Amino acid sequence: MKYAFYTGCAAKGACPELYQSSLKVIQRLGLEVVELTEATCCGAGVIREGYPELSLAINARTFSMAETMGLNVMTICGTCQGVMSSAQKQLKEEAGQLDRVNALLAMDHRKYSGTTQVKHLLWILVKEVGLNRLKQYVVRPLNGLRVAPFYGCYILRPSWDLGFDDPVNPSSLESVISALGAEPVNYSGRTKCCGFPLILENEDIAMGMAGANLGEAKEMGADCLVTPCPLCHMSLDLYQERAEQKVGERLGLPILHLPQLVGLAMGFTCEDLGLARHMVSVGKVLEKVGAI
Amino acid sequence: MRITVRVQKFDPERDAYPNEKDYRLDIGWRASTVLDALFQIKNELDGTLTFRYSCRSAICGSCSMVINGQEKLACKTMVINEIRKHGQILIRPLRQMRVLKDLVVDMEPFWRKVTEITPWLVPQELSETPSSMSPRVTKDTLGEFHNVDACIMCGACLSACNSYEASPGFLGPAALAKAYRFVADPRDGAKDERLIDLDGVNGVWDCTRCNFCVEVCPKDVKPMEAIIRLRRAALQGGMTQTMGARHITAFMEVVRGEGRLNEGLLPIKMLWRSPGKLLRTLPLALKMFLRGKLPFPYKRPIRGIKAVRQIFETRRRATLKSPTS
Repeated sequence: MKYAFYTGCAAKGACPELYQSSLKVIQRLGLEVVELTEATCCGAGVIREGYPELSLAINARTFSMAETMGLNVMTICGTCQGVMSSAQKQLKEEAGQLDRVNALLAMDHRKYSGTTQVKHLLWILVKEVGLNRLKQYVVRPLNGLRVAPFYGCYILRPSWDLGFDDPVNPSSLESVISALGAEPVNYSGRTKCCGFPLILENEDIAMGMAGANLGEAKEMGADCLVTPCPLCHMSLDLYQERAEQKVGERLGLPILHLPQLVGLAMGFTCEDLGLARHMVSVGKVLEKVGAI
Repeated sequence: MRITVRVQKFDPERDAYPNEKDYRLDIGWRASTVLDALFQIKNELDGTLTFRYSCRSAICGSCSMVINGQEKLACKTMVINEIRKHGQILIRPLRQMRVLKDLVVDMEPFWRKVTEITPWLVPQELSETPSSMSPRVTKDTLGEFHNVDACIMCGACLSACNSYEASPGFLGPAALAKAYRFVADPRDGAKDERLIDLDGVNGVWDCTRCNFCVEVCPKDVKPMEAIIRLRRAALQGGMTQTMGARHITAFMEVVRGEGRLNEGLLPIKMLWRSPGKLLRTLPLALKMFLRGKLPFPYKRPIRGIKAVRQIFETRRRATLKSPTS
């Protein structure tokens, strides 16, 4: 299985541990990837607010790169996945959209004909690698670890753009958590917003959301949270102290990127997975799974 | 078919807490919607069960409730589909609104928000536009708001709204979608006033873009898309100083410059005119720096950035010119 690897900006910026742990897991699984080093930001749903056609064009540019290589795109960011899935749907279904975008891409001597598919690592683990094969790579089962899945908005909604999980009762993260030997925690916040899009604009509202979801997960007995989206990671980990201030409660809940959780079960070390970069210490988790 | 319907019951005058009650019933061909099942329960099993309904054909918006975890119209939801998908039927009242009894909630906060946005057409000054030249809604301009015009005010979107949950003052999806309907209407004479109001506290910039409203709306109104169009209209109207507007502009400038977003540069570009806010990001920036998580505010652009910048410039100019899109 070979993919054009779209890292997104966070994995190359504020979440280098996501990039690092993704590569470890991808290599261990024997997946081949070619990194799209010339690809731009997907626009994160922000650029399209002001400039919708620009947002479409920069994403079509990325799709065209993968198309030229004859590969599908692998993402490791829920937000990238959502933005790109929606862009694909628009390019496919809205009349004239592909032609307009190609007129812009001509400036870059590129053309997109509409054949690329975009898949998040989570989906690849569940559908293409398969949970049974994933289990074969587990050398350190995460027995007894209670993991709260946190999907993030973009990988779920609108469901007709994504077409993978059920938006109300998704199960892909849970199935991966179980395959690794850990126990998924059920709580209503798992499909809600982490608050990240409002963090610089209205931190109070953003932290209300982050705090409520973290508090609920903790109350349900979670040892840690796992998320397929680095922007959720930033809101829940980088800003956890501010979320604690907002809800007036000590949380101390470690937040793991999806490949970090998978990597732990594969036997990688704390350093391999960049776990020491987090704001909230993952010590408790490492202790529980016997990684230290 | 024999099914179990679990309903959340609550009578504030008698009960301390809501409780769930199971009803076993046989539904025939005719009892195919969840609303039909509720009628059957009320007629045959429990006369005290209370719920709102009126038209029974998805145009009045009365019977919105949370069915198997999602806001839906009971009259539009087929029993068989729910059983197939979830193996059960669990019905709760709309969220985030006070329960009056069982499935009936107090819609007052919803209506207050809708009335706050002046939900009627404000006529233009007649003297300025002779009647023969007065603006008309054409097929093209109708396309701009036909989605929002489909709103039946059922309240599903407000019940699911994550921003409203965290900030009860937020105007919310339905009211903002309705506001967009008038901003997009060529006959409306108060477009600028509306945009200025909506640009303020509790307005368009408090939406977190969680897409819940788009997902649950039974009439495909896509309220969040209307909110995004209002944000765009504010930008095009020159209202560029709100934090939200600055976020979009700064984000675009960073990506235009480097090809990628740079989390070390975005806050500087966005907040340099508000030193207090910029200062507040410093402690976090320092912690990020110590963990190797703070990108240097200048990074080498991606290869091929020249062509990317060209695309950016072309689209930016075009978007700023067009009044809608």
